[in-house]
Amino acid sequence: MERRDFLARSSGATALAAAASVGWVPAHAQNAPGWNKAAFDTKTLLDAAKAMGATSAPVESKDLMLSAPEIAENGSVVRVGAQSNIANTTQISFVVEKNPSALAAMFDIPAGTDANVATNIKMGQSSNVYALAKAGDKYYYAVKEVKVTLGGCGG
Amino acid sequence: MSDPMRIRAQAQGDKTTVRVLVGHEMESGQRKDAAGKVVPAWFIQSINATWNGKTVMSAQWGTAVSKNPFVQFSFKGGKAGDKIAVTWVDNRGDKRTDEAVIA
Repeated sequence: MERRDFLARSSGATALAAAASVGWVPAHAQNAPGWNKAAFDTKTLLDAAKAMGATSAPVESKDLMLSAPEIAENGSVVRVGAQSNIANTTQISFVVEKNPSALAAMFDIPAGTDANVATNIKMGQSSNVYALAKAGDKYYYAVKEVKVTLGGCGG
Repeated sequence: MSDPMRIRAQAQGDKTTVRVLVGHEMESGQRKDAAGKVVPAWFIQSINATWNGKTVMSAQWGTAVSKNPFVQFSFKGGKAGDKIAVTWVDNRGDKRTDEAVIA
């Protein structure tokens, strides 16, 4: 499928969302099995880490590399990536300090998979972005400030 | 009902890099429609990828993941012709699985 085609299909999905908003599609929310609601409800890095099971505050680590743009022109698509060189990294998460719910995404890293993931996230406003890595029972973080010139939430 | 995912998996040396583009609205629950009513959140909550049946990536997502989400990861092993399957589940219980072959 070509990009153009893909975009055309995406706008079809927009129509579906519009239908959902007027109650055409039953909008009974049900969380996916295993989804850590408590972690996604948190507002800060510390609380997010705690909700994931951290027993102590995450510490900053030079072995965790966060890649994020310094300036994001469009807050609705901000590419973030994190690479952890900390041994036995089993989880990498992305936390946006000033988003309505701070935790954006949480990736489990099974053995054999590189502790290196990237995804696109939304940012409502300029904020610190954290990569949070779990190794053993300790949590580590890396931080970068991303300036957003056009917000991605509430548009 | 949902759009198929675009999955690219490329083996290089002893590693396979996978890029996935998912077609999903990822409604944040923060937005209001023209009538001022909040558009309910509708987003993928869990996504996982398997290589020949073994889990190589699993993630939980919140509302802050972008519309039509992108994800990239890599794992050791995998050769041309092996199968990668990606499955997601959203907060309405909808799910979708797509497969791709490693190039």
